[in-house]
Amino acid sequence: MHILEVRDITKHFSGIKAVEDVSFRVKEGAVASIIGPNGAGKTTLFNCLTGLTKPTKGSIFLSGNNISGLAPHRIVGFGIARTFQNIRLFREMTVLENVLVSQHLRIRSGMVGAVIRGREFIREEREIRDRAFEYLELVGLEDAADLPSLNLPYGDQRRLEIARALATEPKILLLDEPTAGMNPQETLGIMEIIKRLQGLGKTVIFIEHDMRVVMGISEAIIVLDHGVKIAEGSPDSIKNDPLVIEAYIGRNIFA
Amino acid sequence: MMTGTGEYPAKRKKLEVLNRAWFILAALWFSLLLLPFKGLKPALILFFVLSAVILFMQYIAGFVRVLTARLHALTGRFKAVSLSHTTSLTVRASFLAVLMVLPFLAQDYFLDVVVLTGIYIILALGLNVIVGFTGLLHLGFAASYAIGAYTYALLNTKAGLGFWYSLPVCAGLAALSGAVIALPALRLKGDYLAIVTLGFGEIVRLILNNWDTFTGGPNGISGIAVPYFFGITIGRLGLHYYITLMAVVLTYVVVKRVRRSKTGRAWIAIREDEVCAATMGVNTMRYKLYAFAFGSFWAGLAGALFAVKMQFVSPESFTFIESVLILCMVILGGLGSIPGVIVGAIILVMLPEVLREVQTYRMLALGAGLIIMMIFRPQGLLGGWGDERRETKDE
Amino acid sequence: MFFQQFINGLTVGSVYALIALGYTMVYGILELINFAHGEIYMLGAYLGIIFFGFFTLTGLTSYSLSLSLALTIILSTAFCSAYGMTVERIAYRPLRNAPRLSPLISAIGMSIFLQNYVMLTQGATDKVFPHIFSTGGFTLFGATATHLQTVIILFSLVLMVSLHLFIRRTRMGKAMRATAQDRIMASLVGINVDTVIIVTFVIGSGLAAVAGIMVAMYYGLVNYSIGYMAGIKAFTAAVLGGIGSIPGAMFGGILLGLVESLGAGYISTEYKDAYAFMVLIVILLIRPSGIFKKSAEEKV
Repeated sequence: MHILEVRDITKHFSGIKAVEDVSFRVKEGAVASIIGPNGAGKTTLFNCLTGLTKPTKGSIFLSGNNISGLAPHRIVGFGIARTFQNIRLFREMTVLENVLVSQHLRIRSGMVGAVIRGREFIREEREIRDRAFEYLELVGLEDAADLPSLNLPYGDQRRLEIARALATEPKILLLDEPTAGMNPQETLGIMEIIKRLQGLGKTVIFIEHDMRVVMGISEAIIVLDHGVKIAEGSPDSIKNDPLVIEAYIGRNIFA
Repeated sequence: MMTGTGEYPAKRKKLEVLNRAWFILAALWFSLLLLPFKGLKPALILFFVLSAVILFMQYIAGFVRVLTARLHALTGRFKAVSLSHTTSLTVRASFLAVLMVLPFLAQDYFLDVVVLTGIYIILALGLNVIVGFTGLLHLGFAASYAIGAYTYALLNTKAGLGFWYSLPVCAGLAALSGAVIALPALRLKGDYLAIVTLGFGEIVRLILNNWDTFTGGPNGISGIAVPYFFGITIGRLGLHYYITLMAVVLTYVVVKRVRRSKTGRAWIAIREDEVCAATMGVNTMRYKLYAFAFGSFWAGLAGALFAVKMQFVSPESFTFIESVLILCMVILGGLGSIPGVIVGAIILVMLPEVLREVQTYRMLALGAGLIIMMIFRPQGLLGGWGDERRETKDE
Repeated sequence: MFFQQFINGLTVGSVYALIALGYTMVYGILELINFAHGEIYMLGAYLGIIFFGFFTLTGLTSYSLSLSLALTIILSTAFCSAYGMTVERIAYRPLRNAPRLSPLISAIGMSIFLQNYVMLTQGATDKVFPHIFSTGGFTLFGATATHLQTVIILFSLVLMVSLHLFIRRTRMGKAMRATAQDRIMASLVGINVDTVIIVTFVIGSGLAAVAGIMVAMYYGLVNYSIGYMAGIKAFTAAVLGGIGSIPGAMFGGILLGLVESLGAGYISTEYKDAYAFMVLIVILLIRPSGIFKKSAEEKV
């Protein structure tokens, strides 16, 4: 069963073709990665998937619903969440609050409820708080809940981004270079987290440059180059694909 | 902490002399700027005073550093006290008790100032929602304030409606005005948004000023009736005091509760990173609109209270400077910090009243204060960390 | 009546254009709405009255009117430029890397400060600039352009053309254009960005000073609060022409002057000040990049 189907997604920026006719499908519960040289259009593709940019043409189906061109907050409701390549936390909030914000869509009581503080409101708040702690525990940040998020060490900030994205209860998690700038120890930690996410039944798609991570955990790999999909398949088939090797020419990426 | 010990005393000495020369030159520069405006003698006086001050400042630079560190610790402690639940409960209770009996203790003049302070606290709390929580610079807040005040003035003098019936209309219309400002303006970013809000504020003032048949033009509207309060008579001023106090408490509680809910979190998220907030499911447009409407609601309430207090309204009370004054309270106290903006409002209303001499230089100091604040303490007296952290500790 | 309003509008519009240039240049380079710019214009008007008064008192005016007028303009411009530099140094430079709203708030603070500074030093009452131009003028299509109006329009034109040439032809102008496009890149290729910014403020303030003196002569009255409204209008003009664009500011200023003057003539004088705000809001909502599309080339 395919949970995500991308059909002919194209994005042009005033004449520059960032993404050109990219199509792929991802199975439910799979871990897929998107690789490719810098400027291949990976992040633009993520932006199209999450509604941050409107694709020039093409469609995106999430469990059969066409979500292409919807506003970002609508797409979250359909079940796609993401992290950012350059970490974007709500810096003046605590770690816990970061995770509370992203449960926004789950709360029903509005302003009136917040003022009256009825039983329903209290219950909801307690519920999202409990869940927030669960998500923080999953990434190992439960002890940092009350810290300002801007005070977190770099690696922890990346993990908080994952917890925050997870708290929107997505079906698909898009991770944009989750291990960028991390040491091997921390990288292993992230791989562990991705596996845990899969264990929860989430579909994970991530952009990654570190081939040990890509080859280590992904079941399917999509290779982009200059906005075009040049290959797709299992780690083994990608490793031996001549087109992929050419795109990465001169670099021994499979070390 | 004192500065590093002089490892290279000779070099340091030379630098100091050079520095001093620069500062003297700066003093000369400022006096030269003053020269055409005030003449030779004041310019010379300014030069000597500035030089003396600068040299003195250098001399005491070390102490100043210690002092600012102390001040920092003090505000930190104040924050801790005001935030810790147990202490603040007793402190709050006794504080409230004092507030309740104040009309029986204080002089009329002081009570009058307190009422004015209360009105500004409401205004500052309202604007804080827009500027402090959501991070949208609103330079036309006085327009919503004016709409609140004029609504009551008109309903009362033309339709004979009482205060309590008018109040919801005042606040509602002000909220609507906030939404009207916001609707088109939300497509704009940062400083463009600020300028459009300023434009709306000015247009409202110009309409009030020129629509003579309806608003009375520059002469305003007088003869506004005072409210009744369950038939209690404790002197006009005392009554105003209690009504204002109730309104302040209401504003405080409601704003605080909304801040500590989904809505408040969404606002802060928008302030911190709008794009990211959207990818977390926040409908940013809608919540920005809510912020404008909700914040302006309180301006309407404050406006009605102001109309009652003065029994007279005119466009003069709702100029751009008024918007800036309220903004100053929010910035001084600390953008986003509820206790902060209350302190900011108290300082900016009370200070000129306490120090009569300050009155002349009030606006001058306000302008300079804004600049100094932005450079040295953009987070305000109690801003930055505090109000937000609270959320995790109780409940 | 149309032509009369047209000439009046053209006169006021040239003044707006001169002030708008300061806004647009600073915005082009710092992306900052220099809110205090209107006050610099007000300072210029006051300085004009002060210096001209001084020369009248010392007898220079009766000896040679043109000499004292020229000296007045030169001195006022110099002082305004000094004020502009000081404003930049104190209120903006320390905030160059601060969040975007901080410098704007600081600019508002500076504006309030300067306004009250002038009120405290010069008093709250109106100041008078003596009539020195004869009341006659040219008649064209039944409308009269006074000598002063002609001088204002022509002098503004000369200044705008010189500024255009300065930015197109000189080394400094080139450095300014480069800084406007990318401040970091400009500093990497060896342009002293601080100097460029100072020069921007000096030129902008100088133009505002000239505008101030001309308005003082035109209306004959000056008040410490004139800077706020003029500033807003000039900013509107800059936005109208596409902020950051120098020719845009010129056209925007003149267009706004015409709109205001014709609006006052045909619709209502009471809402004269509101026209600028309405134009501003409408433009920002419909076409934030201004009516003339801004190309990177023209940006300063």
